[in-house]
Amino acid sequence: MLKIEGLTAEVEGKQILKGIDLEVPVGEVHAIMGPNGSGKSTLSYVLSGREGYEITGGSVTFAGQDLLALEPEERAASGLFLAFQYPVELPGVGNALFLRTALNAVRKARGEPELDAMQFLKVARERLKALQIGEDMLKRGVNVGFSGGEKKRNEVLQMALLQPKLAILDETDSGLDIDALKIVSDGVNALRGPGFSALVITHYQRLLDYIVPDRVHVLMGGRIVQSGGPELAKQLEAEGYASVQAAA
Amino acid sequence: MSAHPTGAAGFLHRYEGLRMRLPGARLPFVAALRDQAAEAFRTQGFPTRRVEAWKYTDLRPVADAGFDEALTAVDSAPDLPPAHGTARAVFVDGRFRPDLSALDGLPYAVESLAMALPGLDGRLGALARVEAQPMAALNTMLFEDGLVVTVPAGAAGGVLDLVSIGTASERPEAFHPRHLIRLGAGASLTIIETATGPEGARYLHNPVYEVEVAAGATLTHARLQQEAPRAFQLATAYARVAEGGTYDNFTLNAGGRLVRNEIHTVLAGPNAACHMNGAQLLRDGQHADTTTVLDHAAPDCASRQTYKTVLMGRSRGVFQGKIHVHQVAQRTDGYQMNQALLLSPEAEIDSKPQLEIYADDVKCSHGATVGEIDAEQLFYLRARGIPEPRARAMLVEAFLKEAVEGVQDEAARAALDAAITGWWEKAA
Ligand SMILES: Nc1ncnc2c1ncn2[C@@H]1O[C@H](COP(=O)(O)OP(=O)(O)O)[C@@H](O)[C@H]1O
Ligand SMILES: [Mg+2]
Repeated sequence: MLKIEGLTAEVEGKQILKGIDLEVPVGEVHAIMGPNGSGKSTLSYVLSGREGYEITGGSVTFAGQDLLALEPEERAASGLFLAFQYPVELPGVGNALFLRTALNAVRKARGEPELDAMQFLKVARERLKALQIGEDMLKRGVNVGFSGGEKKRNEVLQMALLQPKLAILDETDSGLDIDALKIVSDGVNALRGPGFSALVITHYQRLLDYIVPDRVHVLMGGRIVQSGGPELAKQLEAEGYASVQAAA
Repeated sequence: MSAHPTGAAGFLHRYEGLRMRLPGARLPFVAALRDQAAEAFRTQGFPTRRVEAWKYTDLRPVADAGFDEALTAVDSAPDLPPAHGTARAVFVDGRFRPDLSALDGLPYAVESLAMALPGLDGRLGALARVEAQPMAALNTMLFEDGLVVTVPAGAAGGVLDLVSIGTASERPEAFHPRHLIRLGAGASLTIIETATGPEGARYLHNPVYEVEVAAGATLTHARLQQEAPRAFQLATAYARVAEGGTYDNFTLNAGGRLVRNEIHTVLAGPNAACHMNGAQLLRDGQHADTTTVLDHAAPDCASRQTYKTVLMGRSRGVFQGKIHVHQVAQRTDGYQMNQALLLSPEAEIDSKPQLEIYADDVKCSHGATVGEIDAEQLFYLRARGIPEPRARAMLVEAFLKEAVEGVQDEAARAALDAAITGWWEKAA
């Protein structure tokens, strides 16, 4: 599904990604763990096409396409989804309009019919219920005045509506209490299947108790320094990143 | 044919020629008003940028144009813009067209100013200040028609569409309609004005409004300025609001080449309120100026002003807002916000807020911001699959929303929303 080879990237002349090799096969969920500042968010932004990053080397193939050649909206339309670590507030943009516009843009790109306001509401209501989000969230400005937990749930709601082939979840667990964590995890697990892959970026092992990954990778200093099964997350929890660094 | 005189001289020359033929020429009070106005216009001429109130707007393109007075065939049948209400008054090149209007069975009086003139002594010119505003002087000197609306005390007037159409002709034409709007105590009315013209039309539309809102009355005055791309509109509104009355003005400046929306509002009685909101949507080459002068002349009044300007290409926007809080106007609650969104590095906005406060117990705030589309917000939308042009449109609409939301009347708000959406569809 996703194949990253030798990816290097700079921000403002400073090299952050120093040669990333990573493959997420179709239907698998991989976790990326790493200390603050190791380049996790940078990787997620580079993959989703945010401006301000200079790709200095390497390649990324996504669903058979050269991902780095696509505009952000084309990446989304071809099934890539980034749940932001810090979701952006959009004052004056109603959440319902935003969600419907996004869903219809992606549906249109996929050659599916667009949904009218009524059809959209029906779909949205089902998803809201599953995520235990109150319907009033549709009426508010996108992320405006949302609590940290609400913002993260709104990200998962978007994912649930857009049904991506690959979701990158950038610290979606941070700032969530245990109940919210379960709801969010259920949202991700509900999508799991042969048509869905995920890259779950997290700081803590805790999330991986709920979203059990097929593989765990440790990102440090802009490189994947170690990969393993779910037990690697447990080891990191117990021994900290220093142990990995020593081993690497 | 001799060369067309331009500038102030051209208009004064035409006044000399038309003086005896203009409506009301045989009514001494009208003739006196016109002569005074001509004198005021002769003294002031077209304002230059050395005049403080015109510092950011250069009227030379208007002064240099050389206009004819409008000579439209009385039976021309231009396309009319969509109606927002059932009552409609249509003006073509500044002249009232009963055949295109629908004004039967209304709970208030609507007349053509040209017809109503004999009864307007004391009302015509009561608010306009020709010695201070040269464009109002020009209007007074040459007005040919206008709308006189008189809503009796307690009447609910509903929605009245006021349509102005400038038509195309060989030479630029000028028209100077004079609209008088008076609401009796406790009355209400919504006027939705659309000013427009076909693609190639060149004209100057120079309207003056004199608005009187009596105690407890509410006037919503929504102006959709969608003039032809090469047209000029220089509008001056004067409003006086009595105790507990509300004047709710929203002006959308979307068309025209060089336009000015100037509003003078006096809150004259306790607990009077006014909203002066607006949006300016400017494409390459357009210049739009909104200038407000607000007098808090009584205690316990509230005023809200929110103006938003969106600028594309080499457009230029101006906002000047003066709030004068008189000594008697204790417990004034005033708010003024003016924000610009620059969509191009070549666009320019000038902004001049001005507070003059002579009362001591006053809450008055003002602010101004200039910004561009937020890159983070744009990326967030695009990362959700929304194509860039649509994403930009959503952010511009969001920027404008605050100003439109301030409009209380639903019909007016819907008309403004539709006009803004329509503008974007054309711009994108
Ligand atoms: N826009 C930026 N400008 C300069 N440095 C940046 C920028 N974004 C990230 N960095 C730097 O890149 C490194 C990796 O950051 P980030 O990818 O956010 O790490 P993580 O998500 O793993 O905490 C950090 O040293 C950070 O300071
Ligand atoms: Mg991060």
